[in-house]
Amino acid sequence: MTPYLLPLLGGLLIGAAAVLLMALNGRIAGISGIAAGLVRAPFAPESLWRVAFLLGLVLGPLVVLAVTGKSGIGAPTATPVVLIAAGLLTGLGTALGGGCTSGHGVCGMARLSLRSIAATLIFMAVAITTVFVTRHLL
Amino acid sequence: MQAPLAALLAGLVFGIGLALSGMTDPAVVQGFLDLFGRWNPALLFVMAGAVSVTFIGYRLAFARGAPLFGPRFLLPTTTHLDAPLVVGAALFGIGWGLAGYCPGPAVASLASGSRDVLLFVIAMVIGMLLAAPLHAQLRGVRAPAQAVGEAG
Repeated sequence: MTPYLLPLLGGLLIGAAAVLLMALNGRIAGISGIAAGLVRAPFAPESLWRVAFLLGLVLGPLVVLAVTGKSGIGAPTATPVVLIAAGLLTGLGTALGGGCTSGHGVCGMARLSLRSIAATLIFMAVAITTVFVTRHLL
Repeated sequence: MQAPLAALLAGLVFGIGLALSGMTDPAVVQGFLDLFGRWNPALLFVMAGAVSVTFIGYRLAFARGAPLFGPRFLLPTTTHLDAPLVVGAALFGIGWGLAGYCPGPAVASLASGSRDVLLFVIAMVIGMLLAAPLHAQLRGVRAPAQAVGEAG
């Protein structure tokens, strides 16, 4: 059970963060939505909270590094070309679909949203299939 | 100033959670997605922890009637499934499977200064900009002036 203690703790903190953002700011902690909102209106005053949130996000691993000696950031597994393709697909897909693992997977599912449950099932199934194809078929 | 500071705090807690959970390690994420191979169930515990806390916490938050630093809760209003949701989720799934990054961990991983992570994030931003015209195509309407997004 011990190898899953940190993942569980991390998850609890992610949940706490989502609750904080909703209780304090009234917003869904969906990173794709926050990033897309910022991309749409980078200098608008109402985007300041987005900048602040994303800044906090980047600081998180640095705090963990300072306290534990490890940032938790792992090396990318894909080549630069694949990373670019994946990035494009992720940006396009999350903006189209209105969410990602945090927006749909955590916040949406916690709200028992049909759209989020459907989206989560779809992106999970497709991601699992993608890994299967790239790791075991190609 | 309270709202941005609150958002900074929430982002920080989120980032710490991501870093502790293994989500910022593509090998861990792809290990979870390798369901038919060498499966690493870690992500299951991340999701379980996150969703349960959020489920309970949201109910408590909503019971207050309004957020502390805002006039109202900003929640998605669409309830039905539509083509952009399904297509978008599928495209995101491919991207996630290929790189093991989703938006949150990718942004948080910028802290490492990795050029590869930066490539992913820049490509992600470009992808987000491309979403509006594609969304319009899928719904057969003229591209709206504002790009799409469910929340945030």
